Amino acid sequence: MLDLHGYGPRLLEGAGVTLQLAVLSLALAVLLGLLTASARMSRNWLLQRIAILYTTVIRGVPDLVLMMLLFFGGQMALNVVTDAVYDRFGVDWYVNLNAFAAGALTIGFIFGAYMGETFRGAFMAVDHGQIEAGKAYGMSPWLVFRRIRFPQMMRHALPGISNNWMVLLKTTALVSVIGLTDMVRVAAEASRATHEPFTFLIPVAAVYLLIASVSEWLFARLQKRYDVGFGGH
Amino acid sequence: MPDITLWFQDLLAGNVIFTPQTLGYYWDGLVTTTQLVFLSLVIGLVLAVPLAIGRSSERRWISLPIYLYTYVFRGTPLLIQLYIIYYGVVFFDGIQETFLWPMLREAFYPALIAFTLNTAAYTTEIFRGAIKATGRGEIEAARAYGMSDALMMRRIILPSAFRRALPAYGNEVIFMLHASAIASVVTLMDLTGAARFVYARFYAPFEAFLFVAAIYLCLTFAILYFFRWLEKRLLAHLRPQS
Amino acid sequence: MAATPIPLEVRNIKKRFGDTEVLKGLSLCARKGDVITLIGASGSGKSTFLRCMNLLEQPDEGDLIVHGEEIRFKQTRHGREPADWKQVVRMRARLSMVFQSFNLWAHMTLLENVIEAPVHVLGKPKKEAIEHAHALLERVGLTARADAYPAQMSGGQQQRGAIARALAMDPEVMLFDEPTSALDPELVGDVLKVMRELADEGRTMIVVTHEMGFARDVSSQVIYLHEGVVEEAGPPRQLLDTPQSPRLKQFLAPKY
Repeated sequence: MLDLHGYGPRLLEGAGVTLQLAVLSLALAVLLGLLTASARMSRNWLLQRIAILYTTVIRGVPDLVLMMLLFFGGQMALNVVTDAVYDRFGVDWYVNLNAFAAGALTIGFIFGAYMGETFRGAFMAVDHGQIEAGKAYGMSPWLVFRRIRFPQMMRHALPGISNNWMVLLKTTALVSVIGLTDMVRVAAEASRATHEPFTFLIPVAAVYLLIASVSEWLFARLQKRYDVGFGGH
Repeated sequence: MPDITLWFQDLLAGNVIFTPQTLGYYWDGLVTTTQLVFLSLVIGLVLAVPLAIGRSSERRWISLPIYLYTYVFRGTPLLIQLYIIYYGVVFFDGIQETFLWPMLREAFYPALIAFTLNTAAYTTEIFRGAIKATGRGEIEAARAYGMSDALMMRRIILPSAFRRALPAYGNEVIFMLHASAIASVVTLMDLTGAARFVYARFYAPFEAFLFVAAIYLCLTFAILYFFRWLEKRLLAHLRPQS
Repeated sequence: MAATPIPLEVRNIKKRFGDTEVLKGLSLCARKGDVITLIGASGSGKSTFLRCMNLLEQPDEGDLIVHGEEIRFKQTRHGREPADWKQVVRMRARLSMVFQSFNLWAHMTLLENVIEAPVHVLGKPKKEAIEHAHALLERVGLTARADAYPAQMSGGQQQRGAIARALAMDPEVMLFDEPTSALDPELVGDVLKVMRELADEGRTMIVVTHEMGFARDVSSQVIYLHEGVVEEAGPPRQLLDTPQSPRLKQFLAPKY
């Protein structure tokens, strides 16, 4: 049927790497996004400025360029730091940036900015009366956030999170360029070696479509759960 | 005039990385990027209009294939699409004999094809959404006045759909600009390709990539302001009266 | 012998929005069992005044004393703010508010709405809170809707549910911010009936409303506000039947 010339196991492994990378990056992005959104809405002028700078730069520069900057530049910066530490303290501390970690950090960092915008819009969409009622009933700010603001915000945020996830998933393909052995890299290698690009690239494309479809289904279910009470009569 | 070039050369004199030669690479890269992005957007736009109309059609045999096309091209990474077209184009039997071959050998044209197909898919979805969002009242009025479907599409639905699609399409243009960086992976000497070359040559990631990032940032802002201006002009009829 | 503290007292409340002074030095004293109605035209500041009492609006000047405890303020870059937010939270747990737009928490059922604050703010055990909630829902006639979501209930039902939620906190004072203004006319009566029963029970209530019937028959005192100042105040019969100030006369005059 489909002769993968023995690349099957490696492709599967690569698919696992892709999925792990995507999920890890998503977690980081959501965390960063929440932090960014609260910084953006805080009263502290400096925090606001930093958040705006962060989102502006990320959204103004291609993902690939950011990745190469953070990966290649990051490794160099780390070397400079460890060299300086060696000079100063005589401690031989060598930090090698694992490609997977670098990839996850980079993608998480990039999409943290997009998630920040999503969360900001979602927070603003929560009906203010709901929050006032919480305050009026003696809830502390943290309680208001936990019991009222956050659940209602999530309902508004889910479509945006889902969209960002879809883009993030496809962006993971770029880590093959900075040297991570994900399934795209394996497929590219295999294509070059066997001169049969379609044999490998099309299954890989199919895997992406599969993950995308499953994600769509999952998010639809999540949305239903958060929409409870808002359906109307 | 000669003073400026002299001043410029003086500025760069002490610089090892940013020599006029290096800047020349960046400039060539900028030209290539602009060509690639502009051409793929224009062709993609032209393709997207009939595709969007077809997608909104009630006839499944028209809308379904188009749906599959947009589904596949929006659901898979651009890099994969690029690889398939770049590496795979050789595999069409006899293509090496055709007149197209000298073109297709270069990295530019496969990249153009891939990017065009990609943006056409996204743009089709954007326009389809905009067409769908046409107010029912407007359509009813058009029918009541005896307009045929074609006339209604041409005079009522499309003009208003284009304006509605403007914010989303502006985003798509920016995405395309950013996505074009991927072309450097198949060794196309676009902006990012130039940056990678400089990085490889001088082992200076920060200078090479920060500089190109700044260029992309400027381009992004230029597009942003252009679309904001466009929205102001064309969507003025939707703003509340002050 | 120590006297029981006055439930709510505000003195000389002033509030500015930008350049406009909306409240120009208002005072009010609510003793146990008082039902005080605030009336006035739109923009007279009555809602703002009410919202200053539980600090949903921050008064620029003035004193606020709840259950004998005076709220401490401090000056910051952004204006005057409460000095101790824990004190504010404590104070708010003593005052329950019923809003014009009900503001039942949309993602919770009616029952969950009623038990939310007692459980999470007062630390009541959940079982106890649920029992108490059922009793309250029965009082307002909403036992059948306990598991419904606010979006599934009519305006009148939502508002009665909101009153049950307010009662669940066993408040010292109940604040009503135009509770019937957002309701269809045929639903207003149900809500007013519940409020009347609460007043008969001896609840301390401060009500902002346009319902003159309620003001006349149920309240112990009526305060008429005009442009942030108390124009006239007194017992309802006296104020509404024989208004002294010309503005009040005009306000009460039937408009065709």
